Amino acid sequence: MLESDFQKQNRFFLNMGPQHPSTHGVLLIVLEMSGEYVLDPQPVLGFIHRMHEKMAESKPCQSFMPNTARMDYVCALPYNHGYVSLVERKAGIEVPRRAEYIRVITSELNRVASHLLWLGAYLLDLGAFTPILYGFDDREHILDILEDITGSRLTYCYYRFGGVNQDIDDKFVDSTRAFIKRLRKRFVIYEKLVTKNIIFIKRTENIGIVSPDMALRYGMTGPNLRGSGIAYDVRKNEPYSIYPEFDFEVPVGEQGDCLDRYMVRVREMEQSLRIIEQALDRLPEGPVRAKVPKNIKLSPGDCNFAVEAARGELSYYLVGDGTGVPYRLKVRVPSYSNLSCLPELGRGILLPDLVSILGSFDLVIPEMDR
Amino acid sequence: METISILPPELIRMLIAVIIIISFLFLNAIMMGYLERKIAAHVQRRPGPMEVGFHGILQLIVDGVKLLGKELLIPFKVDRTLFRMAPLLSFTPVILPLLVIPFSEKLQARDLNLGLIFIVSMGSVNVMALLVAGWGSNNKYAMFGAMRAVAQSIAFEIPILLSMLAVVLMCNTFSLKEIVGAQEKIWFVFLQPIAFLVYVIAGVAETNRAPFDLPEAESELTAGFHTEYSGMGFSLFFIGEYTNMFIVASVAAVLFLGGWHGPHLPYGEYLGIVWFFLKVYFLLFLMIMIRWTYPRVRFDQLLNFAWKYLVPFSFVNILITAVLVKL
Repeated sequence: MLESDFQKQNRFFLNMGPQHPSTHGVLLIVLEMSGEYVLDPQPVLGFIHRMHEKMAESKPCQSFMPNTARMDYVCALPYNHGYVSLVERKAGIEVPRRAEYIRVITSELNRVASHLLWLGAYLLDLGAFTPILYGFDDREHILDILEDITGSRLTYCYYRFGGVNQDIDDKFVDSTRAFIKRLRKRFVIYEKLVTKNIIFIKRTENIGIVSPDMALRYGMTGPNLRGSGIAYDVRKNEPYSIYPEFDFEVPVGEQGDCLDRYMVRVREMEQSLRIIEQALDRLPEGPVRAKVPKNIKLSPGDCNFAVEAARGELSYYLVGDGTGVPYRLKVRVPSYSNLSCLPELGRGILLPDLVSILGSFDLVIPEMDR
Repeated sequence: METISILPPELIRMLIAVIIIISFLFLNAIMMGYLERKIAAHVQRRPGPMEVGFHGILQLIVDGVKLLGKELLIPFKVDRTLFRMAPLLSFTPVILPLLVIPFSEKLQARDLNLGLIFIVSMGSVNVMALLVAGWGSNNKYAMFGAMRAVAQSIAFEIPILLSMLAVVLMCNTFSLKEIVGAQEKIWFVFLQPIAFLVYVIAGVAETNRAPFDLPEAESELTAGFHTEYSGMGFSLFFIGEYTNMFIVASVAAVLFLGGWHGPHLPYGEYLGIVWFFLKVYFLLFLMIMIRWTYPRVRFDQLLNFAWKYLVPFSFVNILITAVLVKL
């Protein structure tokens, strides 16, 4: 946009948030604007900082488990997964294979649930109200399935050091298979309702283009990075758990606009379904929890573990000092890095486009503030 | 009896008509509110309001009582006069167009020979209400909404007028009754399909309905021009919007869908109202379905659409019509 003298004189500030429908949480973006053009968007964080990292330093590592689910409540199981794997790596605990399979199945289910919620919320940002209820309908099935085995619907605390809390049963397997069948049919509806919708395409195509270089500079990960055409997925590039055993693709976009990020997520859901199917087919018998000492001692030295959460690379970094309480726990969350490119990306665009870009990043604010 | 005899009968007729129209207006808002919620619910595969009355049929009445009972909240530092005036300004002018709409051959409050122009001019007052609301609210989001409303209204009023003009050229009158009368053999929607399409699209935009609901745009502007309104202030805007929808749909029925014409009914000159309402509510149903299906367009896309497509199309249409009529 060309900046005329008129626009220079007529700048004003608009506080978008902390209570704004499309910031999806208590995120404040201070917008310097001229008319409807955004000149300088500056995100302000910290409204729901809860000191999770500090809490980890003050209690035994088992007691921190529930906290992991409170960071990103939309996709909590990968957060569980990252933390238990970190402590297992640190303490040298072997996990039974059946437990690893259950972890992968539930994590992928949770990822699909997260993407479905995002799909609805993004369309809500663009002004279509109906898709969010379709997404919630499907997500409800996942929550029901997960509730049966984990006991909770949102903030799961299901994984344990050396396995999982509870074995899955035939009912779980059957209902998961039924759900996969159902969701494949629903994808057709989503495609008709959303993906091929001309207004939707006009609102997302060529908007908020993140070049590969820019994505790397800001440390973006997950679907946002893959939307820019870089096929980096922790599940493929730094495989953990039993992911190398599965056959799945890493969908990438072409030019990194909002539409690419949307397409990457939609195709990722299909890949997640493929992983779940393969895992259900090969589900081994055996125990789901290894024998683990009651008080786990974290040996001196540091340790890192990264998993692919729904929003990107989530890595836990832990420094032990020989006791059962971590000396330091650092959580690297994907949303924080994903948001950080907003000031550069949002310069000179229209307010509705800013809303579209913000939505396409799939931000979860409690995750950023921790 | 003495008092009535000194009043001219025409005045009494008008008074009764106004009372009927105002009560119909509230009824329409309640019906539309219920229909919208119910249709939206079924589009979204949920039951919608079910608790109050049979299938939630009394829900909107309960909501109305709640809104009436709410405190009239006036935020700090708003322009009090404008802030209070805006809902009334949005509500009052929508009554008047209904006076000239022919519901059936005999059911019309007053047949003005410039009826169409009267409706258009009354319809334009509504946008002033939105501007006043946005300006008076002393809120940046409300201001955005007001500005968008004005730009949108200017852009879409031209295609509306041009599509109306195509019909006027064909039957040489501005009187709505005569326009309907001219459609006894064939409805104008078959003779003027382009004008009808342009009118419906621009009409949706004129009433600020999704996908053109930019003055509200709740995901961008929180609630647009009525961000600061609550209680009855909000519900007057709400009633105004539904009545505007009704007017746009009934003008479409009058101009293009043959008004009261339909298969023969006994007492046709009165019961023609049945066909009229069927046509109007079909169009309203269409508008509701559109709202719950599509995302919102961007503001510049909307204006581009109006100026680059709708206006030239309707100009060409009017040119063709004029030539053909002359032949």
